[in-house]
Amino acid sequence: MDAEVFWAWIVSAAEVIEANRDHLTQLDAAIGDADHGTNLSRGFTAVLGALDSASKTPGAILTLTGNTLISKVGGASGPLYGMAFRRAGKALGNAADVDLSDLSAALEAALAGVQQLGAAREGDKTMVDALAPATRTFSKAITEGASQDDALSSLAEAASAGATATISMQALKGRASYLGPRSVGHEDPGAASTALILAALRDVARGRR
Amino acid sequence: MKKLINSPETVVTEALEGIAAAHPSLSVDIENKVIVRTGGPTPGKVGLVSGGGSGHEPLHGGFVGYGMLDAACPGEVFTSPVPDQMLAATKAVDGGAGVLHVVKNYTGDVLNFQMAAEMAGDEGIEVVPVVINDDVAVEDSLYTAGRRGTGATVFVEKIAGALAEEGADLAAVAAVAREVNERSRSFGVALSSCVVPAAGKPTFELGEAEVELGIGIHGEPGRTRAALTPASELAAFALDAIRADLPVDGDLLVMVNGMGGTPLIELYLMFNEVRKYLEAHGAHVARNLVGNYITSLEMQGFSVTVGRLSEELTRLWDAPVDTPALRWGR
Repeated sequence: MDAEVFWAWIVSAAEVIEANRDHLTQLDAAIGDADHGTNLSRGFTAVLGALDSASKTPGAILTLTGNTLISKVGGASGPLYGMAFRRAGKALGNAADVDLSDLSAALEAALAGVQQLGAAREGDKTMVDALAPATRTFSKAITEGASQDDALSSLAEAASAGATATISMQALKGRASYLGPRSVGHEDPGAASTALILAALRDVARGRR
Repeated sequence: MKKLINSPETVVTEALEGIAAAHPSLSVDIENKVIVRTGGPTPGKVGLVSGGGSGHEPLHGGFVGYGMLDAACPGEVFTSPVPDQMLAATKAVDGGAGVLHVVKNYTGDVLNFQMAAEMAGDEGIEVVPVVINDDVAVEDSLYTAGRRGTGATVFVEKIAGALAEEGADLAAVAAVAREVNERSRSFGVALSSCVVPAAGKPTFELGEAEVELGIGIHGEPGRTRAALTPASELAAFALDAIRADLPVDGDLLVMVNGMGGTPLIELYLMFNEVRKYLEAHGAHVARNLVGNYITSLEMQGFSVTVGRLSEELTRLWDAPVDTPALRWGR
């Protein structure tokens, strides 16, 4: 996968966040403070404006995405998504082309960054509940020799299943934690947006193969 | 939704333009969303920077001025500001004696201020953060993001600001800020929801005869939803919750704060109930604030913040202050 794929991923992620802006904000209104979709949409719009000719490698594109999200989004999702993309970008280094195992390492780095900053564990009803199983499933798939298509499909499906699984969880981190048991029954907006962004990667890679 | 706005996207910047126009004592960087005192940093004085989501006005911009904050960074509505803003504010107020960051305990605020402090450190500015977490409505801090920062923020900004104005060093200013936070507790009650402009509808639904006990300043739910009862009972519920956590005796600083949509007549009535309760429990309301100081857009309701005073804290509270929202003695 080269810079063109990663550029297309970020563009597609921005589109899918924009298309789901109100949905994400409504998820956040149920258990948080009703700004998740608005914030991410503002952030990815800024990322689209920031991508330029200097964004020549997959790593540079992800690092720029991360830095821009940190600068433009605010809230908790800005630093957390920003950290995820920055760490992933750093893990990919200057390579012009990355393979599935590079991507797997980048996902691990992103997950570690999010957990280091937010101190959330799986089961806390956060974006980690989508990112962690997705990262694990992807790593397993490529170890078992899955094709790029199959590995990215399993990544997206695990993220989506992880997001859905947050519905029955009680939030232990972030603003939803103030609800206690009342947070049960609602999908975590951060897990939902993570699933959308990873699904965009699958779709883009498939379309460009 | 009915709001006096032009578009949800421009609410914060257009309000900042209004703040700049209304208060010549403030200098507003609209693009970076930073409010500072005009005239630049005072050499040798510890700078005080706070910030957080917009929608809580007058917090924080209304508290920028002599004897209180040096700068405020407003984020989008109910969204923490970004590290770039905080760094710009920190650099703008650094008079060589370091900068105190007053941070309300919300995940976003804490993370963004943490990044800003690191960036300021890289540029050679010493930053000490103090995290405010006074809201007793959050009972089980172990299983949540911890207690929220609410009304005590006003007390901290005033008292730490007064000490900084006297020329105290960063360690002393941070220590008094922590002391005020530790000696203060808050509890909020909502009668109605707020409406975030970008969301366009109420954050939560509350029945005609219901109240949310323990509401947060962004409309986060509290301990329980209950039937609306007389003001005396609401005051007792709030103060019982506070008293269960902090002994309230001796001289107290008490704030009865509106959420943005509460008539002042009701806030005075509520202050009277609060005073009666506290006096019946052997305390003395030595200083008070009644009004809208940390709001939640148009939410109806009140919060009460109780701070235990000492001779020194009382002196610092009484020290001159000259900001758009708090002004005396000068």
